[in-house]
Amino acid sequence: MDNRDSQEIRIGFYICHCGSNIAAMVDCPAVAKAIGKLAGVVLTRDYKYMCSDPGQELIRKDIAEFKLNRVVVASCSPLLHEKTFRGAVEAGGLNPFYFHMVNIREHDAWVHTDKAEATEKACALSRAAIRRVAKHKALEVKRVSVHPDVLVVGGGIAGIHAAMTIANAGRKVYLVEREPSIGGHMAKFDKTFPTLDCAACILTPKMSEAGSHPNITLMTYSEVAKMDGYVGNYTVTIKRKPRYIKEDVCTGCQECIANCVYKEPKFRDEFNEGLGKRKPVYIPFPQATPQVVAIDSRTCLNFKGGVLTDMCKKSCVAACGEKQAIDFTQQEILQEVKVGAIIIATGFQPFDAARIPQYGYGRYPNVYTALEIERLVNASGPTSGHVIMRDGTEPKSIGIIHCVGSRDQKTNRWCSKVCCMYSLKLAHLLKEHTGAEIYNFYIDMRTPGKGYEEFYDKLLEEGVHFIRGRVGEVTDWAASPEEEGKLVVRVEDTLAGYVRRIPFDMVVLATGLEPKSDAQDVRRLFNMSCGSEGFFLERHPKLAPVSTFSDGIYIAGCCQGPRDIPDTVAQAGAAAAEVLVLVDKGYIEQEPNTAFILDEECCGCKSCIPLCPYTAITFDATRKKAVINEALCKGCGTCVAACPSGSIVQNLFEDDEIFSEIEGVLAHD
Amino acid sequence: MTTYSYFPGCSLKGSGRAYEESLLPVLRALDVELEELDDWNCCGATAYMAVDEVRACVIASRNLALAEKLSHKELLAPCNACYLVLNKTQHYMKESPSVQGAIQKALKAGGLTCKGTQPVRHPLDVIVNTIGLDAIRKRVRRPLTGLKVAPYYGCQIVRPYATFDDQYNPTTMDRLLEALGCTVVPFPLKTRCCGGSLTGTLPEPGLHCSYLILKEALRRQADVIATVCPLCQFNLDSYHDKIAGKWGAVRIPTVYMTQLMGLAFNMNERELGLYRGFIPMKPLPASKPAE
Amino acid sequence: MKLKKRIIQYEAERVVGFADEIRNVPGCEELRSCIQCGTCSGVCPLSTYMDYSPRQIIGMVQSGFKDKALRSHTIWLCASCYSCAVECPRKIRITDIMYELKQRAIQERIYPRRFPIPILAQEFNKMAQTHGRVTENVLAAIMFLKSTWWTAFGMWRLGLGLMRRGRFPLHLESIKRKDELNRMLKTLDKVTIDMLHDERGKGEPARGGGR
Repeated sequence: MDNRDSQEIRIGFYICHCGSNIAAMVDCPAVAKAIGKLAGVVLTRDYKYMCSDPGQELIRKDIAEFKLNRVVVASCSPLLHEKTFRGAVEAGGLNPFYFHMVNIREHDAWVHTDKAEATEKACALSRAAIRRVAKHKALEVKRVSVHPDVLVVGGGIAGIHAAMTIANAGRKVYLVEREPSIGGHMAKFDKTFPTLDCAACILTPKMSEAGSHPNITLMTYSEVAKMDGYVGNYTVTIKRKPRYIKEDVCTGCQECIANCVYKEPKFRDEFNEGLGKRKPVYIPFPQATPQVVAIDSRTCLNFKGGVLTDMCKKSCVAACGEKQAIDFTQQEILQEVKVGAIIIATGFQPFDAARIPQYGYGRYPNVYTALEIERLVNASGPTSGHVIMRDGTEPKSIGIIHCVGSRDQKTNRWCSKVCCMYSLKLAHLLKEHTGAEIYNFYIDMRTPGKGYEEFYDKLLEEGVHFIRGRVGEVTDWAASPEEEGKLVVRVEDTLAGYVRRIPFDMVVLATGLEPKSDAQDVRRLFNMSCGSEGFFLERHPKLAPVSTFSDGIYIAGCCQGPRDIPDTVAQAGAAAAEVLVLVDKGYIEQEPNTAFILDEECCGCKSCIPLCPYTAITFDATRKKAVINEALCKGCGTCVAACPSGSIVQNLFEDDEIFSEIEGVLAHD
Repeated sequence: MTTYSYFPGCSLKGSGRAYEESLLPVLRALDVELEELDDWNCCGATAYMAVDEVRACVIASRNLALAEKLSHKELLAPCNACYLVLNKTQHYMKESPSVQGAIQKALKAGGLTCKGTQPVRHPLDVIVNTIGLDAIRKRVRRPLTGLKVAPYYGCQIVRPYATFDDQYNPTTMDRLLEALGCTVVPFPLKTRCCGGSLTGTLPEPGLHCSYLILKEALRRQADVIATVCPLCQFNLDSYHDKIAGKWGAVRIPTVYMTQLMGLAFNMNERELGLYRGFIPMKPLPASKPAE
Repeated sequence: MKLKKRIIQYEAERVVGFADEIRNVPGCEELRSCIQCGTCSGVCPLSTYMDYSPRQIIGMVQSGFKDKALRSHTIWLCASCYSCAVECPRKIRITDIMYELKQRAIQERIYPRRFPIPILAQEFNKMAQTHGRVTENVLAAIMFLKSTWWTAFGMWRLGLGLMRRGRFPLHLESIKRKDELNRMLKTLDKVTIDMLHDERGKGEPARGGGR
């Protein structure tokens, strides 16, 4: 078949009924008839389903039989079937870019109610395509190689699982974590629903495996500072914060902690949600990975305001002895890594309960958040697993309030999905630890999931009370003697239809999940999008749930939306599989609709350079010309429109292609 | 010297006279003048909103129009209900084209115009957020040390429009009272309803609301309740006999925030209208006046 | 044993479209988004005294049980503290919906004989219109005379106390330019009726009608 651009144009036109999707609103045979009269069109057909095998076969046969050298299909969105039809054209022996697709379904049939007008619009759009396709040139799909290493950002259960999967497949992974240890939120949990297996028991083996895996480079206490490059070839700069400990030397013996000049722990312990204290030199929790201590320069006496003063007597250094693992001179360093694909698993933050003042968090000491309770019932927590409240007593009655910062238009609109189940779990654990009378206040119980409804049944059997009603307020206002000294929950029992005041010793707020406060920065760093609620946006909610709109960047876990551990692990596995598809193939094919510079016409004004959203344009100072990196160009056309001398051209969107298209739309028969 | 337009409202000329009597000298002491709207009318009032909201808004809009005639930037409305109705009218003018249309036509018939954009402010907001606590502290001559006060804000100063503080747990007055030297008792009922006009129409539930507030203030060992609204003051102060008859005596004085300010500024008790309360305030603990 | 009233509601008792009528009133638009969570009842200081909780009233309105809603004590017990409106997770302005229900009950005269609230409201209306200002003690006196006059005897001590403290004005407060206000209100009467007819297109009585 002849694939030269300059030859007699012979166009085949196909219009698809798409069952009744198009045919109900567009008179397909009439469109075919009208288009058949246009110059260059040698064949028109209307067909029920062009995307079906017989439909594609039709194109292939016609190319041979009628010596077609251009093809136009009027059907659905190119997003769905452009690839299909390009394939059919190629199978017929033509260059696949001698093809153009017209969207008469989403852009026409589905959005109009007058059949005559819709038919006329279909004609106009098709006419434009006929004129345009005549100008099409043969283009080539280019291949770019893919760097085999992978970056995983975030060392929670999602990041750990994704990194392990990829590493086990034999690929090298960099696992970057902001905190001194990997483990994320899951490391703070006591038990997991609905099986009640201990979170540490199932997580820590994975953590230590990840820590010692030959294919995983662990970078804790580190953050991504910069990302350059394009799918398959990213250069990522990682900021490694000083922990004042030589990671490779420290054995985790913790002698330094025992010998710190602070005899007693004195500072807020973040891992225990502030319920416990730690020293300036600390290890976040017993199973921390890596087993390396960290020194907090904000509280260490050897620093003042984060600046080294060397004023402390440094009993920690003496305790460390021969190993000499403590290094107060450490500075923040930037490290560059090259990777082919990236998984973002940066997780969530719990809703700040103080934002709902009527629940009294921060005002009444015995109001707790759910995460605080996780630490309180945990054997390695600040109270060694004894539920002792801030006032030193053990609660005899506990109210758990659901949907705090969820399903609320004043704070977060979405359902956080995990709170019903974790509230059930906490109710069970608190009952087990204290034998207290426990009430759950819910709007709707949401327990879909394997074994979840059964867990709810179990709690009902255990005698935990459930009241359907969103709590109005938590107050220490005692209206009657039995309320003296208690926290009183005022709520309507909506099923029974009366308002109740119930006194409690302890109130637990089941706070929802929300995007991390710096999610927008991360989004910009990796060229991703966010949904309206601020979670990272997947490319397609059903068919591309772990892809983003940036090729080569995938998401897993709660940074994409609230989910529980089983879903997170499944999603992390899916993201790892997508990465392996990319990395194992070794190359990617690139759409040829990129822009290029007409060298002789470029005057070197540089106006295009700052406009490119993909930083694909650089300036060649010796020749004084702009240069477009084809691999980075996404074909958005911004530079083409902006170039004052008209010296940038984009494949598939050349001037005469676009002008012919416009003429086609405006032309009358 | 700053001057505000001033909308006193009906109560401040009647049962809430003491509020105005203390507000004016206290503001003057802080270099703030008030210019009373010429020929102002009833604000429109909550009771009226219940019969016909649009009509209430039209009545309120006349006052807003009168305020816009004056050259001052902001309008001061000391009564919580007036403050709410005037604010709500402006909100409706913005949100609802039909209400806005009705208001404009009515105003035209009265020969008036109103943009509805002039800020309507409550004295509490102005005193703490514009005049500032530093200026207050400087003016205090006799700190109210040892006086335990339950700050009672009432509802309509923060709801439904939270213009300057939290809607459930406001703290503006707490800070003001602390600046006067008072001890502020933690008061969880600070924005719970006093019963509003129900105390007159359906006394049983209405007065019960007042009773709960008084009882809790006593339980918190407060010496006095501070209010910023004439209706709250009336409800908490005037029905003690009836309340005692129904649920038991809960005698505790209720005064205006501005009266406490006046006392701290060492002004004359009688001129501050303190004798107008049913339950008299105990003499202040013997704190020495600063020289 | 005396049996309680039936609690079943029949389809015939529904006023189809009632919820939409309420939804068309400024401030009541969010009615449909109620999830019956009960926050309104949980925060309402008067819910102690109500026959139906605010949540139940919203449910009745949504389902169109107009008569039941308008005959409830709940709508009259609302003291306009706006707690429900600001706490509602769906941003439903429940206070405004209660206002609308009160107005309709007054229009349709569905309230107990000598019930003070609508009488107070109407007298307030009259006084504000004729004098421009409200003299509270006079207003209260009129209300008691027209409603539960026998309870007014219990109020003499309060009146006396107020008088002694100079809080009981003996003359009626009034504005100077009454004509200005009157012209405004007369214009409004015409405007609202026309406007609301246009808006609803059903020729219903204007809000606060009966004028």
